[in-house]
Amino acid sequence: MTGHDSAVDIYRQALPVILVSLVAGLFAGTLLGSETMREGISRVPGLLLLLPAFLATRGGVYGSLGARLSSGLHQGLLDPHFEWSGRLRNAIIASFLNGMIVSLFIAVLTWAVMLALGREAALLELVIILFVAALLSAVAMLGVLLPVIFKGYRRGLDPDNVIGPVVTTVGDVFGVFFLLVGIAVTEALL
Amino acid sequence: MSADEAHAGDELGRDHIGDWTIRNIVTTLVPLLAVLSVLQMVSGTVLETFEEALLTNPALLVLVPVMIGTAGNLGSIMCARLSTQLHLGTFEFSPTNPDLRATVGAIVGLAGTVFVLLGIASWAIGHLLGGELGLAPLLVITVTSGMLLAVWVIIVSTTAVYASYRLGYDPDDTTIPVVTNVCDITGVLILFAVVSVVL
Repeated sequence: MTGHDSAVDIYRQALPVILVSLVAGLFAGTLLGSETMREGISRVPGLLLLLPAFLATRGGVYGSLGARLSSGLHQGLLDPHFEWSGRLRNAIIASFLNGMIVSLFIAVLTWAVMLALGREAALLELVIILFVAALLSAVAMLGVLLPVIFKGYRRGLDPDNVIGPVVTTVGDVFGVFFLLVGIAVTEALL
Repeated sequence: MSADEAHAGDELGRDHIGDWTIRNIVTTLVPLLAVLSVLQMVSGTVLETFEEALLTNPALLVLVPVMIGTAGNLGSIMCARLSTQLHLGTFEFSPTNPDLRATVGAIVGLAGTVFVLLGIASWAIGHLLGGELGLAPLLVITVTSGMLLAVWVIIVSTTAVYASYRLGYDPDDTTIPVVTNVCDITGVLILFAVVSVVL
């Protein structure tokens, strides 16, 4: 195989993934532009500030879990059948902790940056929103990612090729939606 | 010789078990993600600064997640291709290299496709959400920022792969996460630089 891909070949190969991420981004964007979310944005100072970091964290935590599980399957370190024990359990618990710790860090960071910018921000409100959003994201991401990886692998699908699009699509759409849920929870609590 | 190999195997085995402990995974990833979150505050600050414009023009809010995602996607395609060519030994950092030209052409083509579609889609969705921004300004915003982004992604990815090759790091491990994040952040900066000129 010494053939060189032409620009058209590369374009054709990459286009489906790019279009899937476009559609997912538009879904997330529509939620973000919805009236409920716009009300949330103007009511909760700092929500726009934390948005990029929150969305990037989803990619980082679950993208790396996916890459780890995929390498584990390829190396034979993991059994291709889902079993709640050993390495798999460690990897899942660790990714859950990563998501929660980093999200709470983002809440504190957002509060600090808002103060530095001379704006008002409520720490407790940000912590609750990010806690709720991170918790629900973990449930949704693990609920989608684990079956896709294990079922896909048993059917001969290389998880390396699916993790990226799955994490971006599910992460962005659910991420914004769960921020909305988090805002609703703070409204009910505070 | 065989003792050495056994020892090496031992080390490897221990490494793998260590790799899969909760403590190990958490202490490796949390600091990295925390640093990236601090970097993401840059684009967050830009969004926060444009809060007024974003709330009155929901079409602009629709653009944000796509802009963030596409920038990183284009960067990771560019880096993954360059680093694979590097590993295969077929790569040459020269403007006449046909592989490099093909990748650059594909990136520009992909950006063109996505950002024209994005302009139309964000206009339609923005209207449904009660916004008043017209199709023409939105297309100008998405296509201009999309093309600037493509050029930027090409420069950053090529430089990053070249630098990590020169410094002796495997570009697969280092370049892609760094470039993806840098492109995400600069994607937002480019978008709002164009928005502030157009609006």
